[in-house]
Amino acid sequence: MMHRRNKSASNYSAAAVAATAGILIAQPAPAFAMHISEGLLPAPWALLWFAVAIPFVALGLRELQRRSEQFPYFKPLVGLVGAAVFLISCMPIPIPIAGTCSHPCGTGLAAILIGPGLTVVVASIALTLQALFLAHGGLTTLGANIVAMGVAGAYVGYGAYWVTRRLGLPWVMAAFLAGLLSDWATYVMTSVSLAAALHGGGSFSAMFSLILIAFIPTQLPLGILEGILCVGALKFVRSRKPELLKMAAAGGAA
Amino acid sequence: MKKAVLILMFAVLLLAGPASPPGRAAPWSGVDETVIEKFAERAGRTAREPFVNTDQGDLLLFVFLVAGIVGGFIGGYNFRALFPPRRRNENKT
Repeated sequence: MMHRRNKSASNYSAAAVAATAGILIAQPAPAFAMHISEGLLPAPWALLWFAVAIPFVALGLRELQRRSEQFPYFKPLVGLVGAAVFLISCMPIPIPIAGTCSHPCGTGLAAILIGPGLTVVVASIALTLQALFLAHGGLTTLGANIVAMGVAGAYVGYGAYWVTRRLGLPWVMAAFLAGLLSDWATYVMTSVSLAAALHGGGSFSAMFSLILIAFIPTQLPLGILEGILCVGALKFVRSRKPELLKMAAAGGAA
Repeated sequence: MKKAVLILMFAVLLLAGPASPPGRAAPWSGVDETVIEKFAERAGRTAREPFVNTDQGDLLLFVFLVAGIVGGFIGGYNFRALFPPRRRNENKT
């Protein structure tokens, strides 16, 4: 009986590994997603987005110092979440219904665990490393990318989790919505920054809608995937070390 | 374990829909190319080469590998500090 169960589990595993390998092999080269590439934004807009991003980063850094003194495990938590955000936002996922690739952001989960302020800081570090060494995003567009992935993703994800929990709904739904909406918010914000800078003589709203609609085939399924990822990760933390969530509750949403 | 494998298979099936439309220049491009750069080009802005251009031959793959190793190490190191492995006695009780 036990032998049969093991065999069945190994068959499942082999099928899953083969299917995943098939998807990965079909991906010929690194491909990226929401990051606005170097030089796409005119200088005044690039500077404006830096000006918007800097206060959020400064607030996050101040929070890191304050909370590290309060909780001994806070720095390892920030380190783990930072590495996760960096890796997740480097990971292009092929979406066959759209024929394109895009990446999740991980900022919804990060905002639940370490709070939105610190999520902006870890997203900024991830985006800077990607712009410097991975030809992913750009230094001139860093401000806009921080506002999209860091600020919009983190605060919307945090807000979704907080509101859902305050309404008395289950944590699973709250975590799913945090992941889903943080992902979508990132792409809405990217559409705003592009449309604002590039609409020229045309209408801002028309260009914004066009860009947003173009994102939908890729981001709709990816947002759902990010919601599921957020639920899975939070379930793990709740079962293995729930005290981390109590620590997070001091500045996060958990 | 079985549940996790089933979820993974469901996710793969969800993703493995129809292939990308034929005739598309670069299948599996990122949305930065298919959406962001497309709209930027229409508005007369083209992406500039990155200041540190690692997108040359296999260099980008190497840099991604190094980033994965370093990120994975940092993540793993902190993961172990936060979630130390359970002792055998703990599992029994």
